[in-house]
Amino acid sequence: MTAAPAIEVHGVSKRFHVFREKPSTIKQRLLTSRARADDFWALRDVEFEIGEGTTFGLIGHNGSGKTTLLKCIAGILRPSSGTIRQRGRLAALLELGAGFHQELTGRENVYLNASFLGLTRKQTDAAFDDIVAFAELEDFIDNEVKFYSSGMLVRLGFAVAVHVDPDVLLIDEVLAVGDEAFQAKCLDRIRTFQHEGRTIVLVTHALNTVIETCDRAAMLHHGELHAIGMPDDVVREMRYVLLGVTDPNFVREEGTREAEIAEVQIVPPPGAREGRILRGDTFTIAVDVRQNEPVDDLDVDFAVLDGATNYPVMDARTSRAGLDLGRFDKKRVRFRIEGFPYEPGKYWVTVGLSSRETGHLYHVQTQRYLFEVFDAPRIQDRVDVAVAVEVDEL
Amino acid sequence: MAATTQTVERTSESPQLRVGERLRVLVAHREILSNLIRKELKVKYVASVLGAIWSLLNPLVYLAVFTFVTRVLGNGLPDYPVYLLSGLLAWNLFSAATLGGSRSVIDNANLVKKVSFPREILPMAAIGVALVDYGLQMIVLLVFIVVSGHGLALPELAVLPLAFVALLVFTAALTLWISAVNVRYRDVGHLLNIGLLVWFWVTPIVYASGLVQSYLDDRAQILTVLYFVNPLTAVVEGMHRALYGVGVLPDGGTATWDMSLGSLTLIVAAVLVASLVFLRFTWGSFFARSGDFAEEL
Repeated sequence: MTAAPAIEVHGVSKRFHVFREKPSTIKQRLLTSRARADDFWALRDVEFEIGEGTTFGLIGHNGSGKTTLLKCIAGILRPSSGTIRQRGRLAALLELGAGFHQELTGRENVYLNASFLGLTRKQTDAAFDDIVAFAELEDFIDNEVKFYSSGMLVRLGFAVAVHVDPDVLLIDEVLAVGDEAFQAKCLDRIRTFQHEGRTIVLVTHALNTVIETCDRAAMLHHGELHAIGMPDDVVREMRYVLLGVTDPNFVREEGTREAEIAEVQIVPPPGAREGRILRGDTFTIAVDVRQNEPVDDLDVDFAVLDGATNYPVMDARTSRAGLDLGRFDKKRVRFRIEGFPYEPGKYWVTVGLSSRETGHLYHVQTQRYLFEVFDAPRIQDRVDVAVAVEVDEL
Repeated sequence: MAATTQTVERTSESPQLRVGERLRVLVAHREILSNLIRKELKVKYVASVLGAIWSLLNPLVYLAVFTFVTRVLGNGLPDYPVYLLSGLLAWNLFSAATLGGSRSVIDNANLVKKVSFPREILPMAAIGVALVDYGLQMIVLLVFIVVSGHGLALPELAVLPLAFVALLVFTAALTLWISAVNVRYRDVGHLLNIGLLVWFWVTPIVYASGLVQSYLDDRAQILTVLYFVNPLTAVVEGMHRALYGVGVLPDGGTATWDMSLGSLTLIVAAVLVASLVFLRFTWGSFFARSGDFAEEL
């Protein structure tokens, strides 16, 4: 396998003219001045590469430009500036069953759809039984698809799609459909594609899928490349931004900074594999505090929030523990959590410095730190168990 | 994996059409074309018991009606049904393809926005559907020509493939252009409807072109040239000569345009060459515009 990237995106921007009322006749066009068309930049100067054989996750909130970028790569839209280079045969799944026609039977639609995805008639013949079996539609394949339920349509669409034979596969949000069993089947199929060394670009809102399936990920934010790298890091960044976007009152960092948080470390128990905290483990959150101006009534506190619900599950503060930190230059406060009791998952940490007397905020970092808790493996120690031995005459 | 990996580059520039390269792309996607034609035919005749027989009925009824009418009323144009149909079928192909093609991109907006494939295939499918009808109706006409005793003459019949190719190339050129422009300016679709109405009557389909000739002969030559600027005049005259012959009117004049077979062949060939140039131009324009279809729909 060569090291050349399967997809190169160089300085790609995409501008849409947004007409308040889109002119579609010559008369309207003549009467509509350019000024009435607003420019909307769906993509701005996006730059990245996707290596051959990698699975690349593309995330971002609605309207961030993910689908536009995918359409540019697929050749459906033309970038307003920049260059996209793509190697190998490409198949794009932007919508399941996009080529389906209501009046045709399932069988006819399979052939029509397969040809759009680049399969020849022969290849479709060969894959046909597999496709029908995958979609679990053996009994309905000769019915017109207008009689299909939406679930059946989706199954048929995906079944055709996963039987294509591309070097590069673009998938837009189509995994979110179907019941859980079918989704598992689809993800399974994607893993097979990965093992076959195909390049996959996955656009999705399912952040866990990105972490579990992708080798690399990128996040788009208002049409700009906001983050790119390991899926874990990009997803974490995405969660920050999502919080900021969904809650207008959310402030990541605030305070008057007479005292400052210099560093926060989440220290796993000694001997644990790096960064892995098991349920029931004892671990430490270490907060290094620096006083820029003398502060007499400093209170250091932290809170842990459930990463899924943002609901606080525990907190502690120095004043409650009866500690007076006094004036100092730099100190480290260690909160030791004796046996973390909650479910495996991701947890945010918020750290704050405030005044004991007035509650005035010196420095607060809200949900700035993240740790993940795993289930403790079951221990299979050898113990003595009494075993009775009997023999019966037959 | 794939033995040959080709690299595709997409930029903000509208790509230049390279005919050879593009033809290879289209051949690689021929499966879509045949499937789309099949789909259109299926949808056209869905829930109809007789299906494609309806296509055959159209020329059959024409033949029956005009045979009856000319028998009863008499007509100056001998074997009028053959004269009429040999031109009318060519016209039907032309108008069905351009009308279908003008809507082809718009009607398939869902495909254009969601699926990546060579956009030319959409107007090509419209032409394909019209061709299937043309083929079926041509069979009816040929059978009638033989059965009715009108008969076919060999050197003239050789003009048929030439006229047919010229018709096809001209139709393809115009259809590509209209289908692309109609995406941005829907006026073009309406304009086409009216245009076809006029176009039908300036083309010698229903009336004898020989009469036009004897009228124009007394006037400026430029009018004759203008009459033949319409590429369909030459095509239909070619069809007339191939399938109908010359035909003699009661007053001794000819039913079709009076010229040698050689001159007619030359004119049709000239139309073919001009249409090829036109096609190269409209195809290039379609290709350049097609990158924006998904955005404009």
